[in-house]
Amino acid sequence: MADTAASLPPTAPASALRRLLRRKLALFGLAIIVLVVGGAVCAPWIAPFAPDEQLFDGLTLFGEPLPPGGQFLMGTDLLGRDLFTRMLYGARTSLIIGVAANGVALVIGTLVGVLAGFRRGWLGALLMRFTDLMMAFPALLLAICLAAIFQPSLWIVAMVIALVNWVQTARVVYTETTSLAEREFVAAEKTLGASQARILFRHILPHLVPTLIVWGTLGISVTVLLEATLSFLGVGVQPPTPSWGNIIFENQTYFQAAPWLVFIPGAAILLLALAFNLVGDALRDVLDPTQRGND
Amino acid sequence: MLGYLTRRLIQSALILLGVSFITFLLLYVLPADPVRQIAGRSATAQTVENIRHQLGLDQPLMVQYWRYLTGLVQGDMGRSYLQKTEVSTLIAARLPASLLLMAGGIACELLIGLTLGIVAAVFRGRPLDQGLMVTSFVAVSAPQFVVGLLLLYVFAVQLGWFPIGGYGTFAHLVLPAVTLGIMGSGWYSRMMRSSMVEVLRQDYIRTARAKGLTRGRVLLRHALPNAILPIIAMIGIDIGIFMGGIVVVESVFGWPGIGQLAWQAIQRVDIPIIMGVTMVSATAIVLGNLLADLITPFIDPRIKLR
Repeated sequence: MADTAASLPPTAPASALRRLLRRKLALFGLAIIVLVVGGAVCAPWIAPFAPDEQLFDGLTLFGEPLPPGGQFLMGTDLLGRDLFTRMLYGARTSLIIGVAANGVALVIGTLVGVLAGFRRGWLGALLMRFTDLMMAFPALLLAICLAAIFQPSLWIVAMVIALVNWVQTARVVYTETTSLAEREFVAAEKTLGASQARILFRHILPHLVPTLIVWGTLGISVTVLLEATLSFLGVGVQPPTPSWGNIIFENQTYFQAAPWLVFIPGAAILLLALAFNLVGDALRDVLDPTQRGND
Repeated sequence: MLGYLTRRLIQSALILLGVSFITFLLLYVLPADPVRQIAGRSATAQTVENIRHQLGLDQPLMVQYWRYLTGLVQGDMGRSYLQKTEVSTLIAARLPASLLLMAGGIACELLIGLTLGIVAAVFRGRPLDQGLMVTSFVAVSAPQFVVGLLLLYVFAVQLGWFPIGGYGTFAHLVLPAVTLGIMGSGWYSRMMRSSMVEVLRQDYIRTARAKGLTRGRVLLRHALPNAILPIIAMIGIDIGIFMGGIVVVESVFGWPGIGQLAWQAIQRVDIPIIMGVTMVSATAIVLGNLLADLITPFIDPRIKLR
């Protein structure tokens, strides 16, 4: 039964999308993603101020930041900059890093996983041992070290996160590829004289697509959180470029007096990571027939 | 079993060797010069060269690595550049605090996660179950530093129930341990729920109910022990996640553990400490994974170690 289901072509995209849209939580997640992407893309038009502009009336007479409300929707930060504006531009940072870092991690992970699973022998063994080795690294510590080694810019941070994050994907893809390579339809193709490349590109990779979509979506939430954590520790994206994590980093010493400077960006990070988790989880249910009926 | 254990131990040792080499390589190419940090800005070129020679930093990479490695197998992790103390002494002084924090974190994630998972499984398909599963997603999506700062703000600053930071009493431990445990509790509640749902479907549960046992007794005596076992094996794997988490949590709460030690060392380019903490963390991760694999056959006798 499982074999016949797996040898059918992957679920038709249109019906999968329809089933996805029927789930309330997935819709909620999608709505947040659309909102954040919209805000990030349209930042120059929506934002009331420039992101680095230290506003003349942005601080109280005592030099304290202003709470949300009134002229400044989300208040101002320690330097008298408009928080709403910085949040909008910060969304760009989070999304660029989330998508780029995760994209690179997904490509590396897929390459390693497919190569190791499809071409067993010494190359496969070597790749998987290397993956084991990477698993033993304390990921955050490694990321902090790497970020400290290179001067952290937006793209460096993205690459550091990618270098730390491809391991999980590689393991999942490896397991999936080895089980696919032993299926009857691959054996049949081999008997018919199909080339290695044909088996790989026509039969194995298409079956990996649902897995990659699910892991790609869930992975963005991991990268968003990791970027925020690195920026919070001060080794991520460097000010004045706003990122939700470094807004908290810049203002945390003052958080007892101005909690909104920590909790507004904090809530944004949580919501974005939650959105990708919800959509990814719904995608897994929709795309993976073996998972259905578990609820 | 003994053959398996030997093979896994050799494998673990090789992994740690690999970790030590990669970390050494990374720190070797570090553009920030540790000698400059030690000598200070006003040092002459001669002083800088002298210190470099003293620390052996003018030797080729492989020579330096070999020296580090031979020291490491004898338990010598070198001396801190700036604190002039043995790294092993520094780590040994900080490790108990981190282990305490991790024990607290594990206790919290199990307590919260397993309870919520069991409740969700019992109320499967009802609004309470759905609500709890959404909560579990929120828990795994929440950045630890935000959770930490939020708990600090509400329970320490506003309510004054717990101290704002520091180390020493049980009250100091509560907030950091909860912060560390919340993310894991999200995963555990999901795993516990599906494990419990699986067990509740089994025939022996129906038999137990048919015999006339109460719902509560079936749940606690028949379902729970079986559902909880596969979850226990996961604790070993958690150690890797916690090793990252303690850097953040210790920095938020000013907890004097190895996470903070590593974090300060990275900022000051104190390479021997960074190396030492990385090796201790990697060892903990490898041992955790090994432990998780070793207890699996005890939990499920159908699994044989090969």
